[in-house]
Amino acid sequence: MNDISSPPAKMSARNVNVFYGEKQAIRNVSIDVDTENVTAFIGPSGCGKSTFLRTMNRMNDTVASARVEGDITLDGEDIYSSSMDVVQLRARVGMVFQKPNPFPKSIYDNIAYGPRIHGLASSKADLDSIVESSLRRAGLWEEVKDRLKDSGTALSGGQQQRLCIGRAIAVEPEVILMDEPCSALDPIATAKIEELIHELRGRYAIVIVTHNMQQAARVSQRTAFFHLGNLVEYGVTSEIFTNPREDKTKDYITGRYG
Amino acid sequence: MTGILSEGNGARRLPTDWKSDAMQRRIATRYASERRFRAIGLGAIILSAGFLAFLIVSMLGNGLSGFVRTEVAVEFDFPTAPIVIDAATLQGGNADMVLSNANLPAVTSGAAKAALGEDGDSWIGSHAWLTVRDAIKDDPSILERRETLYLPGSADLDLAAKGEASAEAEAAYARLSEAGVIKSALNIDFLTASDATDPTQVGIWGALKGSLFTMLVTLALSFPIGVLAALYLEEYAPRNRWTDMIEVSINNLAAVPSIIFGLLGLAIFLNVMHLPRSASLVGGLTLALMTMPVIVIAGRNAIKAVPPSIRDAALGIGASPIQVVFHHVLPLALPGIMTGTIIGMARALGETAPLLMIGMRAFIASPPGGITDPATVLPVQIFLWSDEVSRGFVEKTSAAIIVLLIFLLGMNSIAIYLRNKFEKRW
Repeated sequence: MNDISSPPAKMSARNVNVFYGEKQAIRNVSIDVDTENVTAFIGPSGCGKSTFLRTMNRMNDTVASARVEGDITLDGEDIYSSSMDVVQLRARVGMVFQKPNPFPKSIYDNIAYGPRIHGLASSKADLDSIVESSLRRAGLWEEVKDRLKDSGTALSGGQQQRLCIGRAIAVEPEVILMDEPCSALDPIATAKIEELIHELRGRYAIVIVTHNMQQAARVSQRTAFFHLGNLVEYGVTSEIFTNPREDKTKDYITGRYG
Repeated sequence: MTGILSEGNGARRLPTDWKSDAMQRRIATRYASERRFRAIGLGAIILSAGFLAFLIVSMLGNGLSGFVRTEVAVEFDFPTAPIVIDAATLQGGNADMVLSNANLPAVTSGAAKAALGEDGDSWIGSHAWLTVRDAIKDDPSILERRETLYLPGSADLDLAAKGEASAEAEAAYARLSEAGVIKSALNIDFLTASDATDPTQVGIWGALKGSLFTMLVTLALSFPIGVLAALYLEEYAPRNRWTDMIEVSINNLAAVPSIIFGLLGLAIFLNVMHLPRSASLVGGLTLALMTMPVIVIAGRNAIKAVPPSIRDAALGIGASPIQVVFHHVLPLALPGIMTGTIIGMARALGETAPLLMIGMRAFIASPPGGITDPATVLPVQIFLWSDEVSRGFVEKTSAAIIVLLIFLLGMNSIAIYLRNKFEKRW
């Protein structure tokens, strides 16, 4: 990894192993992600990229059989230590899921939910401005500003996913983890999400898991290739796609398997 | 088919002839079985609708007359009647007591004899003097003039009006209606009075109030305990042998015959805890034991049906587990939980056996004032009246069933309204 000249890491993983019961899903993975660059995780199905993503905000805690070894730090602080509050961690490390999952509440309440439970707004006007700025940053404001009272589930799939991104942004996270955010969307909606990721870069550290290698090439500056639970190669995206060091990476990106 | 197979793998299969006779027959059979299935389904619906219609028609036919009573016009000559009363004492709170000691029963039967003939006093109800008392209380000035009052008829006369009495009563009824002194009126007393020994005097209010109190106690206990138990088991409890055992026990509890719960209530609430016998409190506690497993099972299924993506979404923006449960899971599961509650409460409302065990079959002549007062409930009241010898109770039993069904419909309507209100549109 030392061949990448990188800005200071926002999150670092060192020698991380993840087990589901007896089965090992992640083997000895070490990786840094930062705010300047969008990091893409690619790899064939079942390679552990989503599992690894979910260890970064401890969503794997909800799986009873999951066990994590190694260190993952956020700003140098161990996120698995007992002094780390998992609820606060998940507010600082937000997540966008594969399938758009807005709450069956109004568009306004979807965005306002996070700020409300974390007490981020001091008044109604304050909350209104958080909702507006979050929807603007999610590129959804112009489409929904006249129907904030409508249900979030009545939006189209692409709009729902941008609503979910807006919902994650509303709590001002430091890192946003995206787990195949476009896999359920059509190409036009996908293009909008990718554009959005470009705009959010620099403000938040963004990690995106994707099956789509063109997407990884388009949106990311760093790419990590996972295979069978191992991190095979991690580097600058353009180099990974044009001049991979490992044969496995080359075979995958040229479509020989996966 | 076998011919093709026996030719081995090398042989080409013949192209399927979709127009062949065998194929047409197969299609005809398929349509026939579909028609048969639909006919059977329709038959089942018609049969159950028929049973329901029969129930409603027979209940209304038998019971509606229970809401009507026969009244007899009797003229009172108050100034000359032997009433022991001082008009001045009628003002104020103790008017009832003054009138109770005013010799009114004798005055009433005397007036009935004068107006209806020698046996006149046997055609008015034994409680007819209460009507006279109320009339005087409402307007004391009638004590200074002659006044015609409509008094409730006796049980025999009432039955005669409905064509089911002895020849003697029929004859009296014919004579009195010839004289034009008989009318049918709405029996308000049936809705406001309680149990009595005379079928013309009985009312449903006491049992209705008892049912209401009992249901409130049942709901107040079984709903929160059932929902919290379901939430804990689904969201927090680890999956191990203990929770498996608890799950099996709850499922079994829901299938235990209700009389067993009555025995349990008798043993625990009455013999150990010494709670008041025959009270709505004990009835409600006993029925809550019976209703709770139903709510737990329905609640767990409703909670399981909440999509995990909603939990992920809430956890993903930093909601604590309890916020996930109370902000997202519970509201989405509530309609399903309420469906279970409706079923459980409807069953509890119709329950008789366990309440007999804890003494709610007592003769209760005044409506309960609170949950610790002796009370009875609608189904027990129906059971008691159906056991009475007097013919007059038949229509009262049916009338009570009508009241029970209306109570049930009302309770379910409220629950269904609430459920639809909470239902989220996806």
